[in-house]
Amino acid sequence: MSSVTFTGVTKRYGSVTAVEDLTLDIADGEFMVLLGPSGCGKSTALRMIAGLEEVTEGELRIGDRVVNDVVPAKRDVSMVFQSYALYPHMSVAKNIESPLVTRATRVPGTDGHAEEVRKLTGAERKERIAEAARMLGLEDYLDRKPGALSGGQRQRVALARAVVSRPAVFLMDEPLSNLDAKLRTQTRAELVDLHERLGTTFVYVTHDQVEAMTMADRIAILNDGRLRQVGTPREVYDQPADLFVAGFIGTPPMNTSLAELTEGVAIVGASRLPLAARSDGRAKAVVGIRPEHLRLDPAGPLQAVVRQTEWLGHEALLRIQPVGVEGPGTGWIARLANEDQPPEPGTQVRLAVTGPVHAFDADTGTRLDGGGPG
Amino acid sequence: MSSLGERLGGGREARVTDTGRLREGLIAVAFLAPSLVIFVAFFFYPFQQLVLRGLYRNNASGTNLRYVGWEQYSDVLTGPEFRDGLWHSVQYVIFTVPLGLLFGTLLAVAANRRLRGVKVFQAIFSSTIATSAAVASVVFLVLINQQIGVYQGGVPGFGDQAILENPRTALFGVSLSSIWQNLGLSFVIVLAGLQAIPAEVEEAATLDGYGPVRRFFRITLPMISPVLMFLVVVLVIFALQAFAPIEFLTNGGPARSTETLVYKIFERQAPNKMGEGAVLSVGLFGVTFIVTLAQFLLLERRVHYGR
Repeated sequence: MSSVTFTGVTKRYGSVTAVEDLTLDIADGEFMVLLGPSGCGKSTALRMIAGLEEVTEGELRIGDRVVNDVVPAKRDVSMVFQSYALYPHMSVAKNIESPLVTRATRVPGTDGHAEEVRKLTGAERKERIAEAARMLGLEDYLDRKPGALSGGQRQRVALARAVVSRPAVFLMDEPLSNLDAKLRTQTRAELVDLHERLGTTFVYVTHDQVEAMTMADRIAILNDGRLRQVGTPREVYDQPADLFVAGFIGTPPMNTSLAELTEGVAIVGASRLPLAARSDGRAKAVVGIRPEHLRLDPAGPLQAVVRQTEWLGHEALLRIQPVGVEGPGTGWIARLANEDQPPEPGTQVRLAVTGPVHAFDADTGTRLDGGGPG
Repeated sequence: MSSLGERLGGGREARVTDTGRLREGLIAVAFLAPSLVIFVAFFFYPFQQLVLRGLYRNNASGTNLRYVGWEQYSDVLTGPEFRDGLWHSVQYVIFTVPLGLLFGTLLAVAANRRLRGVKVFQAIFSSTIATSAAVASVVFLVLINQQIGVYQGGVPGFGDQAILENPRTALFGVSLSSIWQNLGLSFVIVLAGLQAIPAEVEEAATLDGYGPVRRFFRITLPMISPVLMFLVVVLVIFALQAFAPIEFLTNGGPARSTETLVYKIFERQAPNKMGEGAVLSVGLFGVTFIVTLAQFLLLERRVHYGR
């Protein structure tokens, strides 16, 4: 087990900067998810940990060791690839065995013998394969070739190949993206379970915020090669550090609108919303309210016209236009718990705000303090 | 204007399934007809004529065909001419196929890199595909011919005679031009195979601690084995059919040491030897057929068509 530490790490390809000045501490045993849209640098960051990409600037540590110049096989990490990257000509057993064949492997201490790192004997390797296969339910498939397995089974072989060497750090690059929706949900739970059983550091790359929210101890959100926020799922949801994070975390995304600020009030079109954030002398700011924090209430402060209703059974999504706010892309969404009778399109409604009103600097997009719990 | 579907299906009710078996059969025959005609006219019929030709002996002028049945087949196919020709052809295979595979693979591995300007090398390495056997032969004539060659010596250890003058080395000398000429094809095909290997698989092997050599033999080579299999089959057939380099470089000599089966067939164009030539041709066909079949059966088991 090991921590992973980025200190001012930059990765450039020619004139293109993929990761810029990344400083991030991943604690020992932590499930860290690197989250962001495609091209944000999350995979590059992961591949730098693996040693598949060189660090252009800065320092990368695994545990206490600086690994900038350590070859991939000696970093004590294993990786699950998006395509699984199984060896098609080898049986499942051989695939799982592969990291043990040439690499020195951690052997836990027993009966007073200290832990050592050495190549395993044939018998030890067999034992490890059996153990990994048992852990991932692959005992019946050991003699098959990957081509004869389903997508979910192949994914498990890739996981087994990763766990078999008991590395200090697990790296996963969108490992669920090739599975169908149902299997993805199930495998998500299995991965969390696997993390608990192994207690190893997991670094997991995804663009899917649901995966991030459900599995992570902490989430690191990247955009354009820059780290925008690190925090627990709760923190990044409750207190997004900037407008990008606010828009990226949560489905449907946070409703935002430019508002005029007066003392303790944000004026959105014709509505006056209470605002806890300090305006620090600003006359304007972007305010944000999550769809789930709006509720129909005849006495509520937000006036809006209903444009569309989407009834989903357990909830209804109300597409609304705040009164006095105009222009394309300015519509809001209210997410209402099982409304028996959502209002008809065209009616004017009032809504109460049941959660925090977030506020962000109108120019930089950074969060204004005091805009949420905590 | 009626739609294509209506015209083909014969009415509004027509669906794909109720076109009718007879009708579907006729359509199938219509689609097959062009290739059937070509195959029958240019392969099956001539081949049948060839086999029949072998049943007749000629007199000196090629007339007065005399039916001898399978006697000529048994005489020629067990005779020294067929045996010598076959042996030279086999040697030609042994000289050209392994070296062709080896050099093609080496070049492809060398050129399978993301380097600036590598496309130029890829184009150069594959250029021999566009070279005719005649051109390749002339190139090697200039290189190793005993009178005009750049190198006029022999193969070390086989005497001082020039390569093409020495009966023990002439066939090898001729095969050099085939090796060179086939290089472009081997290169292109192996390169395509290499580029089809997903980068993630190579990366996984790197993380698993495979060094470059181990990675090549344990991962790369097995994954391009279908491509190599194809190349072996094609190169063997090429070698068994090689004619132009022999005609250009040695005319079958010295001392008939470069007379392969194909060359011996070529020599039997004279009217009085037609029957014998036909038997040798059928013999070459049989050999090629059996060798190719054997390759598929033997190599297939060692080839990984993994997905």
